[in-house]
Amino acid sequence: MEKICSVTIDGKVVEVSPGQTILEVAREHGIYIPTLCHYSKTTNVGACRVCVVEVEKAKSLVASCCMPVSPGMVIKTDTEKVRASQKLIVELLWASGNHDCLSCEQNGGCELQNLVYWLGIERPRFNIAPPNYKIENTNSMIQRDLSKCVLCGRCIRACNEIQVNEILDFSNRGHFAKVGPAFDADYINSECYFCGECVDACPVGAITFKQARFSGRPWEIKKVKTTCTYCGVGCQIDLNVHNNRIVKVTGNKDYVQPNEGSLCVKGRFGMDFVNDPSRLKTPLIRKEKGGDFTEATWDEAYDFIADSLTEIKKKNGPDSIAGLSSARCTNEENYLFQKFLRAGIGTNNVDHCARL
Amino acid sequence: MAGLAAAFGSGAMTNSIEEIEFTNVILAIGTNTTENHPVLSSRVKRAVCQRNAKLIVIDPREIDLVKYATIWLRQKPGTDVVVLNGLMNVIITEDIFAKEYVKNRTEGFEALQKVVSAYTPEYVEKISGVPAEDLKTAARIYATANKASILYAMGLTQHISGTDNVKSCANLAMLCGMVGIEGGGVNPLRGQNNVQGACDMGALPNVFPAYQSVANDEARAKFEKFWNVPLQGKPGKTILEMMEAAHKGEMKAIYVMGENPMVSDPDLTHVEASLKNLDLLVVQDIFMTETAAVADVVLPSACFAEKDGTFTNTERRVQRIRKAVPAPGQAKTDWQIIAELSARMGYPMNYSSAEEIMSEINTVTPSYAGITYSRIEKEGIQWPCPNTDHPGTRFLHSEHFSRGLGLFHAVEYVPAAEQTDDEYPIILSTGRVLYHYHTGTMTRLSKGSVERCPESLVEINPVDAEKLGIDDGQMVKVTSRRGTLEAKAKITTRSGVGTVFMNFHFHEAAVNLLTNPALDPIGKIPEYKVCAVRVERA
Repeated sequence: MEKICSVTIDGKVVEVSPGQTILEVAREHGIYIPTLCHYSKTTNVGACRVCVVEVEKAKSLVASCCMPVSPGMVIKTDTEKVRASQKLIVELLWASGNHDCLSCEQNGGCELQNLVYWLGIERPRFNIAPPNYKIENTNSMIQRDLSKCVLCGRCIRACNEIQVNEILDFSNRGHFAKVGPAFDADYINSECYFCGECVDACPVGAITFKQARFSGRPWEIKKVKTTCTYCGVGCQIDLNVHNNRIVKVTGNKDYVQPNEGSLCVKGRFGMDFVNDPSRLKTPLIRKEKGGDFTEATWDEAYDFIADSLTEIKKKNGPDSIAGLSSARCTNEENYLFQKFLRAGIGTNNVDHCARL
Repeated sequence: MAGLAAAFGSGAMTNSIEEIEFTNVILAIGTNTTENHPVLSSRVKRAVCQRNAKLIVIDPREIDLVKYATIWLRQKPGTDVVVLNGLMNVIITEDIFAKEYVKNRTEGFEALQKVVSAYTPEYVEKISGVPAEDLKTAARIYATANKASILYAMGLTQHISGTDNVKSCANLAMLCGMVGIEGGGVNPLRGQNNVQGACDMGALPNVFPAYQSVANDEARAKFEKFWNVPLQGKPGKTILEMMEAAHKGEMKAIYVMGENPMVSDPDLTHVEASLKNLDLLVVQDIFMTETAAVADVVLPSACFAEKDGTFTNTERRVQRIRKAVPAPGQAKTDWQIIAELSARMGYPMNYSSAEEIMSEINTVTPSYAGITYSRIEKEGIQWPCPNTDHPGTRFLHSEHFSRGLGLFHAVEYVPAAEQTDDEYPIILSTGRVLYHYHTGTMTRLSKGSVERCPESLVEINPVDAEKLGIDDGQMVKVTSRRGTLEAKAKITTRSGVGTVFMNFHFHEAAVNLLTNPALDPIGKIPEYKVCAVRVERA
């Protein structure tokens, strides 16, 4: 974008483009402004006021995520007034929820926890009086504990603006405000598609992956970026691995093509099969037709197949042998498979189920 | 794929997934995008809700996308060619087609014009049930857009006229100058993670990697030199031809890597008999699938999370997969198994990693020549990518078509192979649901998917349900000329009057006991979207 005017931010004169927000400009120049309700790819709503900054000549502190820059603007992100305001907001959020980090799934990955630490708040000045919402445990994919909700609205915007599934919204007002599907239904009784975008969006422990509960702390988890194994879109996903087990799947935060961090229910919650006890673990041979399978070593299995194929080829020619490759396997494997049929066996009888 | 290749010279998705969000008009035909390609469907919905794009949905079912549609054309199953020809009839009659583009970049227009002239809106309404006025409105929306993208999937191709349907989409797009531009194109949405890659890699009976024909002497000579063996020039058999040959006893051995034809193929009774007739059936899979259960040898393989490699997505983007967890027991990666077996059979394959195989692919596959692991570490690259300096290709056919000029095909309507009659008065279509995938071997092990969708349902229109005395949730018997099954009824207007829909994820109610194995003569795709059935209370 063309840079057309300049502003001063923390004493530094920088070039900016029209329409850029203060927050964008700050991030572009490596200046840290804390945020909470801000969520990339969704509308800036300025709901939490954690990102406030001082702007010269402005009547009050402004929310940097929503305020567009204007020529000559003088911005200060690190003043006593700013920090006092941020502390007050964070203390109020802390006091208004049941933020018990001891057993919280988000401990170590919680943005509210990080803010408390970063702002150096020992303890909130207010009595802690969390609402007494029941933990929603009625489905096996997403757990909700609205006592931890900070009403930032990120889940709502993720649901409506990113996925456009239009399931979540605010209901009630003031102290009673809450987020959820229509008629205050549990997820399982709503039209929810379980894409899990809301879980990825939640900055605190209010919406979490149920199956990942007590399965590994954020700092113990290794994220392995890979490509989803389901449909042809090829979403980039992060397999969250702990003790050699996939405990959950999150959208890849490089936000690259083709999915820019979004997933669907299959990629998100469809990985149980990897660890299923019914996975095949050893080669099996049925020595005679109608008989049972017996476990075999790889050597026995290879010999059995190689001998049979060699004999069939000798007796009936290579075209009496065929191979079905797979749209589920990798390019490398498909390449090798057709090479095996064409060069190894000597037939072009190779196909896969593209048509089905 | 054959349809697009004939028209453009390449069967791949012409444009990119990202572009769908930034186009002006989206025409979705035969794609239940929100359930089969959910993340891509968000782009369609964002285009409509946030960027004022118009959406034309052409589908016999009231799929979720209909909610977002500017206009919905609900055609009778199997009449896609009629509707598409009708759209072109309106566009030509009203003189709103891209004359310069047609003149400079295409051939065969006169023949097309002649054929579509018979498909007047009134005729289209009679055959397909789409109101003439709606057809005209849709035609105007598409033709007058600056850029418009056609999306389609198996709803268009799983017909005996599947190839014709695709050619008709290509005709429509070329007629309006929508191919070779950003945000335009004809875009098949692949249903499986690496269908595109399997085709690119030559897992097809008639081509080597990158669609180099086995019958072409020059291509064959190249591979003979590279692989160091003489090769056959005669194309091989397709999957259904293999089954036929096995049934007749001509095919003696089939080696299956990661497929489950015992659930996914049409006419399962025939498939089972065919497979049991073999001298040797080898199945390499991650589970004891229905097909593995009838095999002579079963080999345990590693799943996608347990190996390195690449998948190519529907928009031709080659992306990495990475090993995250170890494979269970003695399971090995599919490439290791093949290489080791090949060595036993006297044709050694020495590779120490998947990356090494990719290096060989780079050498023999021109469109993949520049796609190396180091280049796709962060983000995948879209082929064609002829060298390691090339950024990849976002959309195809920009200057000229892969075949030179775009070719119009004059396509006449061919009715579905099986028509309804008094005995089998209802049309059955099959497909997927959001929560499951293909033959269900993976998703049916997922707690969440099973919780959301535990069983197969027969989606039936309230009018038909009342006529047949069927209540919501009641067990019904569905019978076709080939078989019968029982499943629960779900009464919903998603199914049109006279049609029912079932998914194919549940082997207990294996819908392919019913489906018609009639094939598209060119694409060899079975007609899963139309078969005549009888529905009654069980």
